[in-house]
Amino acid sequence: MAQVKLQQLVKNYDDTPAVRGIDLEIADKEFLVLVGPSGCGKSTTLRMIAGLEDITSGDILIGDHVVNDVPPKDRDIAMVFQNYALYPHMTVFENMSFGLRLKKVPKPQIEERVNAAAKILDISELLQRKPKQLSGGQRQRVAMGRAIVRDPKVFLFDEPLSNLDAKLRVQMRTEIKRVHQKVQTTTVYVTHDQVEAMTLADRVVVMNAGRIEQVGTPQELYHFPATKFVAGFIGSPSMNFVPCRLEDSAGELTLRLNDQIAFPVPQEKVARYRSYLSHTSLLFGLRPEHIMEQRPHREPGHHTFEVVLEVTEPMGMETMVYFLIQGVEVCGRVNPLAGAQAGQAITLVADLTNMHLIDEASGKVL
Amino acid sequence: MSQHSIAANSSVVPVQRSMQRSRRWALLWSYFFLVLFSIFFLMPPLYMLITSLKDSGEISAVTNPWWVNRPTFDNYLALFRSNDYLTFFRNSSVIAVIVVIVTMLISIPAAFSLSRMKFWGSTTLATGVFLTYLVPDTLLFIPLFKIFAFINQLTGIELINHWWALIIIYPTLTVPFATWILIAYFASIPKELDEAALIDGAGYFQMLTKIFIPVAIPGIIAAMIFAFTVAWSQFLYPLAFTTSTDQLVLPVGIVTTLIKGDVYNWGQIMAGALLGAAPPLVIYAFLMDYYIAGLTAGATKG
Repeated sequence: MAQVKLQQLVKNYDDTPAVRGIDLEIADKEFLVLVGPSGCGKSTTLRMIAGLEDITSGDILIGDHVVNDVPPKDRDIAMVFQNYALYPHMTVFENMSFGLRLKKVPKPQIEERVNAAAKILDISELLQRKPKQLSGGQRQRVAMGRAIVRDPKVFLFDEPLSNLDAKLRVQMRTEIKRVHQKVQTTTVYVTHDQVEAMTLADRVVVMNAGRIEQVGTPQELYHFPATKFVAGFIGSPSMNFVPCRLEDSAGELTLRLNDQIAFPVPQEKVARYRSYLSHTSLLFGLRPEHIMEQRPHREPGHHTFEVVLEVTEPMGMETMVYFLIQGVEVCGRVNPLAGAQAGQAITLVADLTNMHLIDEASGKVL
Repeated sequence: MSQHSIAANSSVVPVQRSMQRSRRWALLWSYFFLVLFSIFFLMPPLYMLITSLKDSGEISAVTNPWWVNRPTFDNYLALFRSNDYLTFFRNSSVIAVIVVIVTMLISIPAAFSLSRMKFWGSTTLATGVFLTYLVPDTLLFIPLFKIFAFINQLTGIELINHWWALIIIYPTLTVPFATWILIAYFASIPKELDEAALIDGAGYFQMLTKIFIPVAIPGIIAAMIFAFTVAWSQFLYPLAFTTSTDQLVLPVGIVTTLIKGDVYNWGQIMAGALLGAAPPLVIYAFLMDYYIAGLTAGATKG
């Protein structure tokens, strides 16, 4: 059991910076997910924790020890790779026990630990098979088994589900969560899939261009994104951004999207937004799930507006509608029974209690 | 419904037919060239076999050279009864086997370090290894001869005219290319495999012996076949470095002992050459399956 600390962690490849100074504390038993687009430095960070990548500057602490120059095998970590990296010439049992055998753990103990891990992962029947006789999901389980068997201080996952098909990915996601609840080991998990990040994590770290954009629980990131990047990255379909300006009409603060559409700013946000009255580069941010069809009861903070639909995408449980405001495509989520059709003029409702105001120049959510 | 299916059928059938036809033509051409090349390459060994079954009288007689009138195994029996031929065979075998072992002992660690341990100059060194292979053997034997003479002067060890000295020479021919084959093979092993081993606690030596060698068996066998073939069929070097009959290897031995002045003992030459070609043939046949089997299947995604 251990906590992991990253202090001012920097990694440069030749002169190209990959990670530009990261500070992060991962609590004992925490499930932390690093998420971000490809090339954001998340995998590099993980590989530095593993010791597979040299550190340009900064410190990594596992437990209370600085491990900057400790080789991977002495860091007491286990890693699950994207392509599983099973040893092809060994059986599942040999794969899982390889680390223990190298450490010269006594045989009965090895067997006991492998069997226990196999039981957790439900692969007890597969122990005598070779990796090529296994399906993708089974290989993934074996790779996890290899990590569990060693009972390390920290689990590292490098996009472990990317090679699986969609259905299996969801299944294995649950499996990983279940295993974490059972073994209770500090886990750092890298993915580019925000859904995976949200569903698995105790806390999510959103990274972009080698920096941390925001750290928080999935709920925090969803409801209170700190930057435009996080607002757009978390949530699917992603948040709509429309250029807007603030107007003061007779003491009421109004948010104007175009000549036709203007919303009163919700009371609780007025004080905060008032200072940006003369600001020129503001973006109005609202998630698709907060744009819906008109309902019989008007709730506070809900305001109607009219648009002509460009495209509709029926998804079964809901229908996604797309329309243009100021030439920007905006997505909304309506009840399929509302009968939205492309080309149709429709009245929609915007839930402004969930709106965000973004300073486009700095990228900060105001 | 029925109309629909008829329409679909009528459009499918011509496509299928033309696919079948083009497949047939492709097969026809493949067979044509395969047969042509088989004839071209199998004719010499066949001629050797036919000639080896004739006595010297029939060989020099003006009869159909492709037909044996009085088949005889005398040539083979004579070879097996002559101590010379058995000595050549033994020399060749011992040399080839030891050269394969020595080559592997050098090439495997060399290829592993060149492909996986990034160190200063490793890429240049890898290219250098390949360039060495490009130097023709025929240019190397004179300097090697000089080196042997020099060693003799310096230490008094006589390396010339000893069959075992070839064990020292052949690796200079086999190691570069074998290393090159193995570098390519090791490079195809996913990097995550070494990283997993590294995290599991393996050092570089364990990574090599427990992961790389077992996974790279097909590549290692390919390199071994190559080294064996070079060592077995080398002609120029043994011709230059060995002279006494008991020090000769098979290819040189056959030529020097069975050609006496201008008398060619064709029957025995052919029999000896055929027998000499047998071991590589047997080895190829046995290891081909191994060689082709892709052992990395299932290591990673797939």
